[in-house]
Amino acid sequence: MTNASNAAPAAAQGGRKFGDVILDLQNISLRFGGVKALTDISFNIREHEVRAIIGPNGAGKSSMLNVINGVYHPQEGKIMFRGQERKKMEPHMAAKQGIARTFQNIALFKGMSVLDNIMTGRNLRMKCNLFQQALWIGAARNEEIAHREKVEEIVDFLEIQHIRKTAVGALPYGLQKRVDLGRALAMEPEILLLDEPMAGMNVEEKQDMCRFILDISDQFGTTIVLIEHDMGVVMDISDRVVVLDYGKKIGDGTPDEVRNNQDVINAYLGSGH
Amino acid sequence: MDAGNGSSDIHGQGATGGLDTFPRYLMHHAKARPQQPAMREKAYGIWQTYSWAQVAENVRAIACGLAQLGFKRGDRLAIVGDNRPRLYWSVAACQCLGGIPVMMYQDAVAQEMVYVLQDAEIKFAIVEDQEQVDKMLEIQPEAPLLEHVIYDDARGMRHYTQTLLMGLDELQEMGRIHDRNQSDFLNGEIDKGAPDDISIMLYTSGTTGKPKGVCQTHGAFIAAARGGMQFDQLTDREDILSYLPMAWVGDHLFSFAQAMVAGFTINCPESGETVMNDLREIGPTYYFAPPRVFENLLTQVMIRMEDASALKRKVFNHFMDVARRCGADILDGKPVSGGDRFQYWLGNLLVYGPLKNVLGMSRIRVAYTAGAAIGPDLFRFYRSIGINLKQLYGQTETCAYVCLQPDGQIKLDSVGKPAPFVEVKLAENGEILVKGPMLLKAYYKRPDATAESINAEGYFMTGDAGFFDEDGHLKIIDRAKDVGKMADGSMFAPNYIENKLKFFQHIKEAVTFGNGKEFVTAFINIDLEAVGNWAEKKGMAYSGYADLAQQSAVYDLIRDGIEKVNADLASDPNMSGSQIKRFLILHKELDADDGELTRTRKVRRNFIAEKYGELIEAMFEGRKSQFIETQVKYEDGRTAKVSADLRIEEVKTFAQQAGKRAA
Repeated sequence: MTNASNAAPAAAQGGRKFGDVILDLQNISLRFGGVKALTDISFNIREHEVRAIIGPNGAGKSSMLNVINGVYHPQEGKIMFRGQERKKMEPHMAAKQGIARTFQNIALFKGMSVLDNIMTGRNLRMKCNLFQQALWIGAARNEEIAHREKVEEIVDFLEIQHIRKTAVGALPYGLQKRVDLGRALAMEPEILLLDEPMAGMNVEEKQDMCRFILDISDQFGTTIVLIEHDMGVVMDISDRVVVLDYGKKIGDGTPDEVRNNQDVINAYLGSGH
Repeated sequence: MDAGNGSSDIHGQGATGGLDTFPRYLMHHAKARPQQPAMREKAYGIWQTYSWAQVAENVRAIACGLAQLGFKRGDRLAIVGDNRPRLYWSVAACQCLGGIPVMMYQDAVAQEMVYVLQDAEIKFAIVEDQEQVDKMLEIQPEAPLLEHVIYDDARGMRHYTQTLLMGLDELQEMGRIHDRNQSDFLNGEIDKGAPDDISIMLYTSGTTGKPKGVCQTHGAFIAAARGGMQFDQLTDREDILSYLPMAWVGDHLFSFAQAMVAGFTINCPESGETVMNDLREIGPTYYFAPPRVFENLLTQVMIRMEDASALKRKVFNHFMDVARRCGADILDGKPVSGGDRFQYWLGNLLVYGPLKNVLGMSRIRVAYTAGAAIGPDLFRFYRSIGINLKQLYGQTETCAYVCLQPDGQIKLDSVGKPAPFVEVKLAENGEILVKGPMLLKAYYKRPDATAESINAEGYFMTGDAGFFDEDGHLKIIDRAKDVGKMADGSMFAPNYIENKLKFFQHIKEAVTFGNGKEFVTAFINIDLEAVGNWAEKKGMAYSGYADLAQQSAVYDLIRDGIEKVNADLASDPNMSGSQIKRFLILHKELDADDGELTRTRKVRRNFIAEKYGELIEAMFEGRKSQFIETQVKYEDGRTAKVSADLRIEEVKTFAQQAGKRAA
């Protein structure tokens, strides 16, 4: 098994500098009753990198993301976040620690406008209580204006000015995905988890999404973990790739290393038994 | 015939106080109305305002920055991008230094830009964003003179290491230091400017052959701007939305020259997609758009009305009938009965007012359309709901300023009377000749072309054929060289017929052929939105443009439209010989990226005739269908092949019915 996970690629795309390991997953195993979703998986995520998790259907990619996110709690293994062991954690705590995510089946409020949806991403950072917000006085007012400014920056960044006030349910799929990304970005996360950001998109939408992902990494220095089926996309934009198959890790390294890994080739193309 | 107006004084309306170049105007406004808004731009969802003083300060910074980089008098500066304040400032900055701004279309593919960069020998370029920078870098090997590319929007530019790149922020910072150290440098440069200096270079769209760089002077554009102001009593309180390509002469006249001369406010939309919203928020008092924009707006309104409740539709239809009956007359100040006046007043309360508000046209005092012929129904619609929409006529070589329609004297099929300071006359063959202060100085490096286009008496030959009607209004028929003859000797004016076709909402583009032939044939492009909507209502399934275009129901729909045009042509003795007999619907939209249209969306007739030669032949030979394979080019430069079997169908023609008009 190739293991190049500790050798950060020297040829980082566009000269981005990788920092230290921010999230270290050690010997993670996850079971649902008798079903082994993940078996003894270890890999790490460094600050500022674009880390992809790939694998055939049912390989355990989404489970892995849910472990990172705090939705699932692995029966074995340790998760080190910034050098400290992370005990049992709920998703809202993950959010507080700066981990945001998007969803495979877009999770937005269909009846609300794009602005309001992105604003929900700011909720975590609002300090005023319900009473103050309801009365729209002093601090609450200033706070909302400040948050609205941040939301406008995201709207500008994702180039969705023209749909600012459109209800999300009325938007085409590709744009909804972009709004979902905007909502996650509004949390100003340190780690951004993207669950199949390009699923169901056409070539042009995929190109746009790739550009946004690279721009996010570039401009905000956000660490990005993404799950994706489209190999071309993964190989183009990721710095390092982890490959899962049947809940086991079968490859880890730069796109080139992974591409030449015999286990990976077998998993994807089938091996001649 | 001479309907000249050349005797009036260009410098009428009070003293000009030495205001004879654009930089002088700018500095004048910065002193005379420093706090008044000169520009607004919507950014981060909020309209940001720049006062005249701020604009002047920014222009100074850009100019000094350019000077620091080695920009000299007479150098050309390419400017490429959407309507951004800083790009307008760059135009002014370049003029301050005695340079020549060269405006380029932002949606041109890289290879089209090479020609302009080479032709104008461009060393400096100010571009909007990464997209344009990429194009510049791509073609730089072919245009080795290019030394500096300055970009406005720094997004995505962090990892570009090319030494010829620089951010506009940096340039301005450099300029501010330069200005502080040598504070009289720029004033000295502005003082050196003369009204006869070239203020701008705009490339002709090139319907025929290579584009030519039209050199216009400060004097020419200032005269055109002053004339327009006088004509429509424009003040420094106007608001205009600047959203048309900066490289188009119309935008330069309305959003730059007139704004500079009158001192009114220009508003830049947030992005191309938000124009309609921004229009509504700004509510301009003065508005300029090509017919297709008015058409799109109307189509959207009509589509939405069809989905409205029965009661609303009823109210709408009733009051639109009222407006059709008396709206335009009320606008023109003609006598209208009291009952109609009351109905119109009520309609204004219930329909026209809210509609104008939705369109962002509540505050419009004067609106112009130009660039192509406008459909009579379309034109009547806007006028009938109380929008003072008028037509003008002009070309790049005349600062888009030859004829204007005076308030209250609007005719649907004319372009109005000669504008102040302009003299118009007709040549023997009907070609329109114009003379005045707004004429071009020369085509860049093309003395042959300059000599060809300006005759010995100093008249510019427009190449358009037209005539004056009994009231002295100019009517345009077609391009003089496009007007041909049918085999039987009757007149064939392709543009005239095509415009009539395009007035149908389902037809987006049409190209007719018939010079020297027995009958006329036509290529049709359907309007995907309108026809798609129609198909949806009928429950027709289609997979895309090419599929929809070849459905027999669509052919029937288009044939109906063509028959109406034929009936209309039959009623005109000059035109009855050129009725359309066969047509086909093209499998792809004619596109500027494929060279079939110019960047201003005019049909490039000869190019199309050559490219689709086999189709034309098939139509004249009377075949039922024809196979065709063509190459298409995408905006990012990739190419692909599309092929289709196109149906060719016949249309009913009519015998000439003199005197009776069908329309």
